Parts: sequence; C-alpha cells; structure tokens
Amino acid sequence: MKPFQYLRPKTIREAISMAAEDPDARYIAGGTNLIDLMKRGIVSPSKLIDINHLPLKKIEHKGDRIHIGALALNSEVAQNKLVTVRQPLLVKALLAGASGQLRNMATVGGNLLQRTRCSYFYDTALPCNKREPGSGCSAKEGINRTHAIFFYGNETPSCIAVHPSDMCVALAALDTAVVVTGPNGERRLMMKDLHRLSTAQPELDTYLAPGELITSIEVLDNVFDKHNHYLKVRDRASYAFALVSVAAALRMEEGKIWDARVALGGVAHKPWRYWAIELMLKGKEPSEALFREVADHELKSATASGQNAFKIKMTSNAIVAALKTAAGIS
Amino acid sequence: MEKRIFDNPADPSLDRVDGRVKVTGKATYSAEYAVPNLAHAVLVTSTIAKGVITGIDAEKANSAPGVLAVISHLNAPKVPGWGSAAQPAERAPIGTSFRVFYDHFVYFDGQPVAMVVADTHERAVYAASLLKITYQSEKHRTHFEANVQQAIVPLNVQRNKTSPFADYDRGEKGQVEAHIEAEYTIPTQHHQPMEPHAIVAVWEAEDKLTVYDKNQGVKSAQGQLAQAFKIPRENVRVIAKYIGGAFGSGIRVWPHTIAAVLAAKHVGRPVKLVLGREQMFTSVGYRPYTVQKLTIGASKNGKLTSITHEGIGQTSAYEEHLERTILASRSLYACPHVSTRYRLLSLDVNTPTWMRGPGDATGMFALESAMDEMAFALNIDPLDFRIKNYAELDQERNLPWSAKSLKECYVLGAEKFGWKNRKLEPKSMQKDGVLVGYGMASSLYGFHRHPSKARAVMQADGSVIVQSATMDIGPGTGTAMTRIAAKVLGIHAKMVRFDLGDSALPDAPGQNGSSTIPSVGSAVHDVCVALRDRLIEMAFEMPGFATKEKSQVVVRNGQVLASMADTNGVSFGDILKHHHRNELEISAESKSGPERDQYSMYSFGCHFVEVEVSPFTGEVHVTRVVTCADVGTIINYKTARSQSIGGIVGGIGMALMEESAMDHRYGRYVTSDFSSYHIPVHADIPPIEVYYIDKPDVHVNPIGSKGLGEIAIVGVAAAVANAVFHATGKRIRQLPITPDKLI
Ligand SMILES: Cc1cc2nc3c(=O)[nH]c(=O)nc-3n(C[C@H](O)[C@H](O)[C@H](O)COP(=O)(O)OP(=O)(O)OC[C@H]3O[C@@H](n4cnc5c(N)ncnc54)[C@H](O)[C@@H]3O)c2cc1C
Ligand code: SF4
Repeated sequence: MKPFQYLRPKTIREAISMAAEDPDARYIAGGTNLIDLMKRGIVSPSKLIDINHLPLKKIEHKGDRIHIGALALNSEVAQNKLVTVRQPLLVKALLAGASGQLRNMATVGGNLLQRTRCSYFYDTALPCNKREPGSGCSAKEGINRTHAIFFYGNETPSCIAVHPSDMCVALAALDTAVVVTGPNGERRLMMKDLHRLSTAQPELDTYLAPGELITSIEVLDNVFDKHNHYLKVRDRASYAFALVSVAAALRMEEGKIWDARVALGGVAHKPWRYWAIELMLKGKEPSEALFREVADHELKSATASGQNAFKIKMTSNAIVAALKTAAGIS
Repeated sequence: MEKRIFDNPADPSLDRVDGRVKVTGKATYSAEYAVPNLAHAVLVTSTIAKGVITGIDAEKANSAPGVLAVISHLNAPKVPGWGSAAQPAERAPIGTSFRVFYDHFVYFDGQPVAMVVADTHERAVYAASLLKITYQSEKHRTHFEANVQQAIVPLNVQRNKTSPFADYDRGEKGQVEAHIEAEYTIPTQHHQPMEPHAIVAVWEAEDKLTVYDKNQGVKSAQGQLAQAFKIPRENVRVIAKYIGGAFGSGIRVWPHTIAAVLAAKHVGRPVKLVLGREQMFTSVGYRPYTVQKLTIGASKNGKLTSITHEGIGQTSAYEEHLERTILASRSLYACPHVSTRYRLLSLDVNTPTWMRGPGDATGMFALESAMDEMAFALNIDPLDFRIKNYAELDQERNLPWSAKSLKECYVLGAEKFGWKNRKLEPKSMQKDGVLVGYGMASSLYGFHRHPSKARAVMQADGSVIVQSATMDIGPGTGTAMTRIAAKVLGIHAKMVRFDLGDSALPDAPGQNGSSTIPSVGSAVHDVCVALRDRLIEMAFEMPGFATKEKSQVVVRNGQVLASMADTNGVSFGDILKHHHRNELEISAESKSGPERDQYSMYSFGCHFVEVEVSPFTGEVHVTRVVTCADVGTIINYKTARSQSIGGIVGGIGMALMEESAMDHRYGRYVTSDFSSYHIPVHADIPPIEVYYIDKPDVHVNPIGSKGLGEIAIVGVAAAVANAVFHATGKRIRQLPITPDKLI
C-alpha cells in the first residue's frame, strides 16, 4: 500500500474542494470496497477524504419520494420503516447483498460506486483494460464464468465485466434519482444514466465527473409494493455475488398486469433494466408461459464469451421464477 | 448401543480446555508473538509459471523508508543443508524439494522470488511494490486434460515395486451382468484455513534458532529446520500452541518458513512473515486436481464381480506427491476382482499436499458415486446394494478387521435419517416446487498409530501436568488428553493441565492422518497408568496401607483407596508429602506391536444427505445430514461431534463450491481470495446429526480409539452428489456441483 494522507472534512463543501484540488484523492465511506482495492494495489489514492462525518445519513419521505442519504448504511436502509413499507423490493435486494457484517459498514453511495469483481481486475500481474486501459481484457478468452452477456449495439466491448451490486438492480427497476454535488453545484441523474456500458473507456464505471460527491438517492413512490421479488442466483447461500439476479415488480389489477418493472444484475456492465419485457407484459394475464415468452425474447440478443454460456438459460429461468413469485402464481 | 466408556451421562463431555482463551483473544497465535526488535518481511512471488529470473531491480525498494533488506537468490544466505548454490545450469530433477532463493529458475507461478524486510509491515509492503523483477518465460504446462497423456507411473513406484501405489490386480472377474464405466474429476482445492500461515523466526545465537510457526508438527518442523541449517536438533525450538485451522497445509516445512529464517539471519533481527491470502494459493499445498475412472461389474442380483479404479493425480515438476486415491477400492467392499492403477502428471505448479481426508476423500467421491450409479443401473436401493457387498474381512490383506461396525452405522444412520422414505426413482420427490433428493455414501480411513512419548508430573497439590509435543490444529487435542489423564488418574479434569505445541516437550507425531488420539492418546494413557501405579506403590509404603490387598486398590477423587467401597483413602498430595517429594515425574513411550500384522485396521462410517434443488436456478441446498461413524472409543463427545460437523462442512464445500480456477494461458490462479474461492458459509449448512457406535476396538491400542478427523470428510462429496442425482436425475461427475451444471 502506498502511503497516503487522511483527511476528515466537516462540511460537504469542504469535502468537495478537497477532492477538486487533487485528482488522485478519493472519498471513503464504509471502505469495504476501497480498502480492498488499495490493499491489492489497484488504486493508490494520494488522499483519503473520509466523508463519514458529513450529515448524509438521513432517510425521510418528502413529497412523492423517499430521500436516502448517501451515508445511510445498507443495513439501516434495509430496516428503515419507510423503506420496508414503501419499497420492499429495495429491501429484498439489499438483504441479498454481501453479509450482515458488510452491510453494517457499506453505505448507499459506496454501494452505487463499488467496482467490478472480475478476478483479473484484482490481479495487477495480468492485463485488464479496466485497470490499465489498452492492456487488453484477460477475461474475454479466460475465466469468464461470471461475466456479462448483454452489451449495447454491435460495438465490441473493451471490458466484459459485470456490475456487482444487488441494491443497484432494485434501484434500476424502481425509478431512482441519484443526487450529486460537485464544484459546479448539485445535479440529478436517473439511475439508468449513472453507470456506463463498457465501450471506449472501460476504466470509467459511471458518468460522474471527477470529485463529484453523491449526497443522496431519491426513490419515487410507486405501486409495486404488493407484487415484487428479488431473485439472486449464486454459488453459495450468502456472501457471494450474483451469477444472475432479477428485480421484478408488477402492478396487478383484476388478474392482469398493468405495469411491470424488470431489471437484471450480473449480466452487464451496468444494472440492466429490461424495458422490452416491461412493455410486453403490460395488459397480459400472468402465466408461466407468458413469462417464458417474454424472458426468451430479448435473450436472443445475449452473447456469451465461453464459460458464461449457461447464463443465457439461467437468466431466462431466473426471470420466469422471479416474475412467478412476484405475481404469486405457482 | 454399547455403554459409553469415556463419556456418559454421569460423566459428560468436557468443554474445550482452551475455549475461553481462544474466544477472549488471549491465545497467542504464531503472528502474535511480540518479540523485541522484530522486523517484518513480505514475500514477492513470481508472475510467470516457468522460466528464469533475468533481473531484480531493487534500487527503489532498497531506498524506500524503513527497508532493511531485499533478499533473493542473488544475495540470500546459504542454506547449509542444500549444498553449494553456484548458479546451476539445470533445473532440479524431480524429487528435489523446492529450494527458496536458491537459483534463478522459476518452477511455478506464485513461487517466492524475493523478500523485502522492513521495520514495519506497511513499509515492507510498499517497498515490495517497488521491486522490478524481469523474467524470461518458457512454455509452461499447467492444463491437466491437455497434458494427461504424459502421466506416468510414479517414480516412487518405479523404484519400489512393493509400494502400495503399484499396479494392483486381484482375483478373477466374476460374471458381469451389469456394467458401468465413468470418469470423475475433482478440481484443485485449497485448504485456506482462516489463519494464514505465519512465522516469527528468531536466531538466538549463531547456531540456535527459535521459530513461532504455524504448522501441524513441531517435532517434524524441528527436524527439518535442523537438517536444513545443519544445526543440532536440540538447538532448534519450534512453538505452535494455537493453530487457526490447517487441514493439512501445515504438515511440512514450506519455502516461506525457510525464507523467514533466512531473512532473520540476513538482517540479524527476528523476522515476522505472514502470507497474504492470495499467497496461500501457491505456498502451502492443495488437494491435487485428480481424474479417476471407475469400471464396475455386478451380477443381476446385486453382487459386485469386478472393480477397476484408475486415478491420475497432479503433482509439480520438481516433486512427487502421492495419495491414497485408489486404495479404498481394494478393501471397502467384498469383490472377487479388483484392479487399481495410479499415475502422476507433473505440471508447472507448486507441489500439492495432504488435505483433509487426503486421497480417500478424492477416491471415495469416485467409488461411492460409481456405487450409486451401479445401484441405479440394477434398480436397487443404494444402501441395500452396499449391505449386499459388505466386506467381512479385508480382502486386500486377507486379514480380519480389528473391529468393524459399519453395518451398525448403516442401520443407525438410515433410521435416524428416515432413509426408508426415499423413493427409488430419481426426480420423484418434490416439495414446494423444489426437487428433493436423498443420497448416501460410505467412508473409511486407515488407522495410524505412531510412536509417541508423554510425561506426567504430579504436583504437591495432587494436580498433574501432562506434556507431549503433539498439536492442536482445532480438534481439541488438549481437551481429549485432559480427559484421558483425568479418567486414568481418577481426578477432576480441572486438576489436569496438558501442554502441547512445543518441540521441547516429549516426542510426538504431527497432527495428521487422524493419528493423534490413537498415538498420543495412548501415550497419555500409558504414562498416567504408570503414574497411578507408582502412586499406589508409594501408598503401600505408607503405614496402614501395607496390609491391604493390592488387587482391590482403586484411585478415585485424587485418592488411593483400599477398595471400591472405601471412602477414606490417602490423597495423592499426602502420598507425595509422606515421601518428601514436591512432585513426581514419570515418562512413557507408547507404540504399536504385532497386532499391526494380525488385523486390518480402519475407521468406518457413512453419511446420509438430503438436498433441495431449484429446477429454475440449479441451486443446491443441503437441507439435512446424518452421519454415523465407527471409530472405536469416543473420548469426548462434544469435541468429537465438532470434528464430525467440521468434516461435513468441508465435504459440502468440496461437493458444491470449492474450486481453484487457473488461467492456463498464464498458469496462474484467478481465484485469489474468499470472494472468488468459495467455502461454505453458515447459510449453507443445515442441521447435522452425528452418531457414534462408540465400541472400543480392543486390538488397536490401550484406549480402543481410532481416528476421526479425516474420516469425517471422506465420502461426504459423494453423498451430496448422489443426493443431487436422486433429486434431479443428473449425474454430476465433475466437482464442484455449481448451479450452471444443473440448469
Ligand atoms: C466479500 C464481499 C462480498 C460482497 N458481496 C456483495 C453482494 O453480494 N452484493 C452487493 O451488492 N455488494 C456486495 N459487496 C460489496 C459491498 O456492497 C460494497 O463493498 C459496499 O456497498 C461499498 O460501500 P462502502 O460504503 O464500503 O464503499 P467504499 O469502499 O467506502 O467506497 C467505494 C467507492 O465509492 C466511492 N464513494 C463512496 N461513497 C461515495 C459518495 N458518497 N460519493 C462519491 N463517491 C463515493 C469511494 O471513493 C470508492 O471509490 C461485497 C463486498 C465484499 C467485500
Ligand atoms: S472483463 Fe473488464 S475488468 Fe475483467 S479483465 Fe476484462 S477489462 Fe478487466
């Protein structure tokens, strides 16, 4: 680990100006991802700006949405009354993530910005475009059992890693805004616009500008509190990242689907909102056959890289299973 | 069930004698010895799998703050036991242990190539990141399947035709009416104990060394270090009182241990080295990648007529590692015709080593999966099939078993599990939309008893200190030995202190091969018997006792009593006092006798497993396990049960998730942490019921106790795989059984 300076700003403004002064400075929240990255020599910040003392922990309902402070812990959010009542899907996704100990340290902001778990990204001895742009992607023809099957358009991806978060999959399904503050003031990004696909600049995971601080997220009130499910398929029962995950939410009336949300985890460089399925479900009566039909529809566009070929079928199965549970059919 | 001899309701199990110090953080582990003037070392490992080191640019590292030395083959002190190290032109021939910092050759990825020593750990880590090492790579071979044609009869066998690993053929093939042939693969799996390997090395004088080293045998480490550094054995002291798990990774002295000792010599200060988690993948061995082929023939009525078991294990390019993979097939079942073949494949990897249930856990996955396949082919219940082919004697050695209660295990286990509710047809049991499967497997593990010494010292207050250089890598050795001593001496366990984990104590074998209770337990028994008898003799030299009948005498509650009925005897303390002694010391050695040639000795057992498999996601959940073992006398149920549970957990990991994946383009593992190398977590572990037959095996040793640690895991992976087959109708022959293989 390279020596670094530790800073503890008292205000948001102070934090932002500290970050603006030094492009090699990093914010640290729970540290559950950043410290590992530092220990393995993947990032070597010159300064750690500890944001844990900033007033960004509040969870409150205002207007038509819940505001969740960027420093609210994953475990706090999962237990918060407002969230458990209004956004049960988010709670399910949070509780599917990591372990109890990690959730007690991990923050909302940190979870949004956690980096991929591609093994090559963690091994400084091997090529990796995300870690060292231009060095090549070891995963493409290597160990890629956990890697992406969805890409955008026909562009050859420079990185086939997946975004590892569970929380983000639920947030992608629910209409969520991410509030950030930077040297140029505050702005809002919709969840779908936060993370990037991997194209020319695989080293960048998001569209945040350098030094921008996430201050909160806002989850819009919705009608999905009754029929929702987060299904996570993994290699062991806890403390494992998703092979594939599905956040499914339905609004049902009179035996029909009026509105639907489907997002996937573990399949793309970003949480993958499955817009096409949502449209196809509207107005239909729920059934396993329907769910299978919609699930398989877009999977035609999925591309495997070798060891991850199973994900195509697994994704289809997981979508069907998640929608069945959400719809309450057996 | 027989009466429990050591452990019964009137005399329940002891809690772990070291439980409190462990959970309160007072137990000192190897990395925690606060030796004055300690320097900190960090290993730098190779990033190529084969080639030579062409340069080490240490300039920046050397001038980094706090750095005391950068050590490599260019400047490392010589290891006298290795001879002179003029730059050799050739690679070491197979059979040479890897010699750290000896020459410029690279034999495997992750090989230690340099070491940075600094005044703090952080500074050593930073300086290590500044080292620039250049290599000239050569083409490496790490891919098992791609190179399997080059597997050979082990040199060990070529040189020694009576080796147990030599080709084996017995009997004539009976009539084959049903036939199965299948290939089974287990991937490389790593021990990865929670506590990483660590050492604090201290040169007390030019020829006097003390190491606080994580290992499984202080005596063997002492011997190996003395040999390497050519100093008298008694000048080397190895201390390892507490071990945070090892599972076999600590059986031998590894290169990093020698490296730390060299570093301490080089910088003239005590040196501490702790391996990083990723270094644990290439530094302390692993369960080797192994491919096995089983061919089984049977008659229509379910009698085995032929078993052929072939196994090919992976080893390094410089050492052979052999394990029992194919041996169990010769003894476990009655079968007229058995053939076994064992081959090794040398690859550019580090040497494997024994990992819990070594060889047998691997071999039994194949044999017990194949037995299940055969039972299915014959359309008979897998348990019935095994009972039909029960071996009443060991056909390999043509000897009677010293004791065998496997049938009782089958019956008890099946009853507790509810095996009779199993439907014969696969994929026929369901619950709430998930597939349910029942599977079972047998297990066996050879009996090992090595010569062991123990010392017992009775104190003036009637308490006793018992000592032996044995180990506790987790099973609760101290607790079991305390119990044996207390039992023999008729004193409360609180009056016993048991010392272990220090090479200065009386000779004992390392903790491996389930040999500790059989060997050291016997020595502790024998020394306490000798102490008891001496105390009785001394009592008879006291007034009032001389007239008593010696054969009636008993010891109870720390007293010598004239008879069972006597309530008022003479206390051990008073005996010592009367003889003007402050203490009374007795030593004993205990070892096997001719019984080894008269009986075949094994522990036996079986496991019953229930799984639930999601038909959508392919996820397997083990929902129930019942295990039953026949290991002779159970010394302490509570710690024995923990041993069995630990073995089952390890077996579930082996079956469902453990796999060290290598990228063969680089010959390098990509699993390098607990996030990518999966072992079971609590949520993966169901209720586990443990039963023992608890009948002493009177032929093996004075306590009638056989080994338990290894057998606990043997067969578990097969039981899980068989249950998965029963649930899904899919036979997975390549571990681990991950969801992708079932959808
Ligand atoms: C073993 C293990 C298993 C895990 N399993 C799962 C899992 O199954 N599912 C899952 O979803 N996650 C999992 N995680 C990841 C875990 O959720 C993340 O590590 C955690 O959410 C990160 O939050 P943190 O507060 O600790 O972030 P930190 O490590 O402190 O920061 C992460 C990154 O975010 C930046 N950052 C933090 N806060 C802000 C902010 N407010 N504004 C701008 N930048 C910020 C930091 O600079 C850093 O780059 C696992 C982690 C581990 C170690
Ligand atoms: S998938 Fe991405 S993170 Fe992984 S090796 Fe390729 S570029 Fe690096």
